[in-house]
Amino acid sequence: MSPELQSPPLAQPRAPGDVRTEEMLLNIGPQHPSTHGVFRVVVQTDGEIVLDSEPHIGYLHRCFEKIAESVDYLKVTPYTDRLDYLASMCNNLGYCLTVEKLMGLQIPRRATRLRMIVAELNRVASHLLAFGTYGMDSGAITPFLHAFRDREAILKLFEIICGQRLNYNYVRIGGLAEDAPPRWLDQVAAFVDFFEPKIDEYDALLSYNGIFIKRAANIGVLPAATAISWGCTGPVLRGSGVRRDIRKDEPYLEYDKVEFDVPIGRGEVGTLGDCWDRYMVRVREMREACKIVRQVLKDVPEGPVMAPEAKKVLRPPKGEVYYRIENPRGELGFYVVSDGKDKAVRIKCRSPAFCNLSVLREIAHGCMLADMIMIIGSIDFVMGEVDR
Amino acid sequence: MSLAVLLAAKAVVLVLLLLNLVPLLVWVERKASALIQDRVGPNRAGILGLRFAGMFHNLADVGKMLTKEDIVPAGVDRLPFVLAPALGLTVALAAAAVIPVADVWSSGGRSVPLQVADLDVGILWVFAVSSLGVYSIVLAGWASRSRFPLLGALRSAAQLVSYEVPLALAAISVALCFGTLRPNEIVEAQGDLVFGALPQWGILLQPVAFVIFVTGALAETNRLPFDLPEGESEIVGYHVEYSSMKFGMFMMAEYIHVAVASALAATLFLGGWQVPWLPTEALRTHAGPVLAGLGAIGALGGAAALAGALRLPRGVTAPRSRDALAIGGLGLAGVVAGLAAAATGLGADLGPGARATVAAAAQALAFGAKTLLLCFGFVWVRWTLPRFRYDQLMRLGWRQLTPLALANLVLTAGALAALGELSR
Repeated sequence: MSPELQSPPLAQPRAPGDVRTEEMLLNIGPQHPSTHGVFRVVVQTDGEIVLDSEPHIGYLHRCFEKIAESVDYLKVTPYTDRLDYLASMCNNLGYCLTVEKLMGLQIPRRATRLRMIVAELNRVASHLLAFGTYGMDSGAITPFLHAFRDREAILKLFEIICGQRLNYNYVRIGGLAEDAPPRWLDQVAAFVDFFEPKIDEYDALLSYNGIFIKRAANIGVLPAATAISWGCTGPVLRGSGVRRDIRKDEPYLEYDKVEFDVPIGRGEVGTLGDCWDRYMVRVREMREACKIVRQVLKDVPEGPVMAPEAKKVLRPPKGEVYYRIENPRGELGFYVVSDGKDKAVRIKCRSPAFCNLSVLREIAHGCMLADMIMIIGSIDFVMGEVDR
Repeated sequence: MSLAVLLAAKAVVLVLLLLNLVPLLVWVERKASALIQDRVGPNRAGILGLRFAGMFHNLADVGKMLTKEDIVPAGVDRLPFVLAPALGLTVALAAAAVIPVADVWSSGGRSVPLQVADLDVGILWVFAVSSLGVYSIVLAGWASRSRFPLLGALRSAAQLVSYEVPLALAAISVALCFGTLRPNEIVEAQGDLVFGALPQWGILLQPVAFVIFVTGALAETNRLPFDLPEGESEIVGYHVEYSSMKFGMFMMAEYIHVAVASALAATLFLGGWQVPWLPTEALRTHAGPVLAGLGAIGALGGAAALAGALRLPRGVTAPRSRDALAIGGLGLAGVVAGLAAAATGLGADLGPGARATVAAAAQALAFGAKTLLLCFGFVWVRWTLPRFRYDQLMRLGWRQLTPLALANLVLTAGALAALGELSR
């Protein structure tokens, strides 16, 4: 615990008369329904008002980066599944693209197109969970179950394509683990048709609910400058009105060949960069993801899904490379250093959730205890990635 | 039968009724939330293969509550800690004492009011007793010696005190309209017709008060969107340190509060035990057709259960065949009993005692239906809305509801004075 939080409680009376008020340290987490995993934050409160907060992380540390140095390149992919376990496809993709760049591998086009589909579907699944749990943070439980019902459809699609529901290990260095089974693309198309109208339902159920707006608007305002200086990315940054999306700015795969918008916060119901803006960016990104999937589905060529050069044991040439992609939570970057052997010298993961979470203390000043939960929820971090 | 025995019997019946309403409400809550959330809801727990659409899950819950280890954490203030849940339950039960479930049963010079206590200040009694419920929560939060429950207790103290004001003001408006605080008289007055067509229910005379009352009742019962003392996703609740049946008592108290608040709202605003357009006298004179009508409703209900059972998978090996058999059997029994009642009603000549009983039964059913409808409203709201924040809740209570209720009261009093009704 930091020294400033250990300071003795204030003894100065704030209320008139001889009523003495004291500040209170409240330990939220690591076991708490709204900390989205094993996150712990020590909150200094004056009654319901949060004076200061100190996040504590590390309860889910698994030495990902150290392990990645001691196993060969292919075996790192399953570990990336466990980073942001709500977007495993995207993590696989980020790591594989980095190593592929290091090796200069050319990926079959079918694999590229399929990668885009699974990445965008995973984005929808991840944002659905964020949407649902955010409703729950605000006290509404029904949106959560609706979101899980629809997320289940995506998990079924993933189960069909790779046999897993959470840790897919589907995107591999050089392509994909397996080709999509016949008719899978039709099932994806059917899902998108089923899912798009549901987003309107979500808006009616939660986004524009009067109480929800009261709870989320003007809370946890994150100005664009602060967001940039703390390294926030993804919906947290875009919620503050910054149009920054790696898919647009430094297109990977074939994102430069599809049409889509980058939703940003506009302060519609409150201040620019408040919790509602961050939340709404995610809801709108689900629509954009559907749009992307539709376009990709129009052109998925037949052919192999694995580059022939990708051998059983990979030995990338000596060198180092940094590559980043747009994960549901922001910029996921991998920095890989190779000395030409079958194991990396160093793999560093730039976790979007970690950087986004770091801004919590900054924006939680002076809010109420219930807002604290809303702010934590609006950052939408996954401890698997924060702690690695 | 002496008065004391009668009174005790009525009290016991009421307590049993309310305690048994808890599992029913829990079942309604679970099944309704499942309906709202596109789920199936509980359907596993069963006895001898009987599940009754998840109804038996409550029995499993009771078993669980009673057999779990009853932990009293180290460092708690023992006496208040143990006392708090019992207090909550007692207070919730006591508030229901003055609510009439039917008009006074009278036959051959004997009359029995169908409520435990027929107080002339009955409405005041409900408020006086139910506001003691806050002690249970505050004691629980304080005695737990833990910070999360303490926050819950503080929230509830502020919330319950704040919402008591508009709640009482809304009730006073109604009492002014009917010129009495005696619940049974309020209900009786609601049997009159306005414009010669519509029953003079409180909701018709005082629509604003009804909205205020229901909003206040949601807050008083600590249910969403006002469940801040519990605030599951924030502070986990004032009862976070409780386990076993002590926790169960808090839960039961909550549901009994819901039932009592619904019953009170039905009494004040929905005509209580009044069957629309059928005052007590009419019910007694036409006891035969009324009994026939009740029988027909019972037969219809039985037929619906039977039809539902027939749609369940059948056969010796079918997983729910026993359920189908039991529900179907009950449905069939309902049909037979209903038809028998209908036949009796149409054929036999009823004595004055039987007539009064039939009328009371019809009124009790009407009252129960209204109360359960309001209870369902509580459930519906809970599974739809997010939760208010502490300061928003206080602002809504003091800056919006209270002035609105006051204005409504003043307007009502002014209108009544202008009409010369206040001198009554």
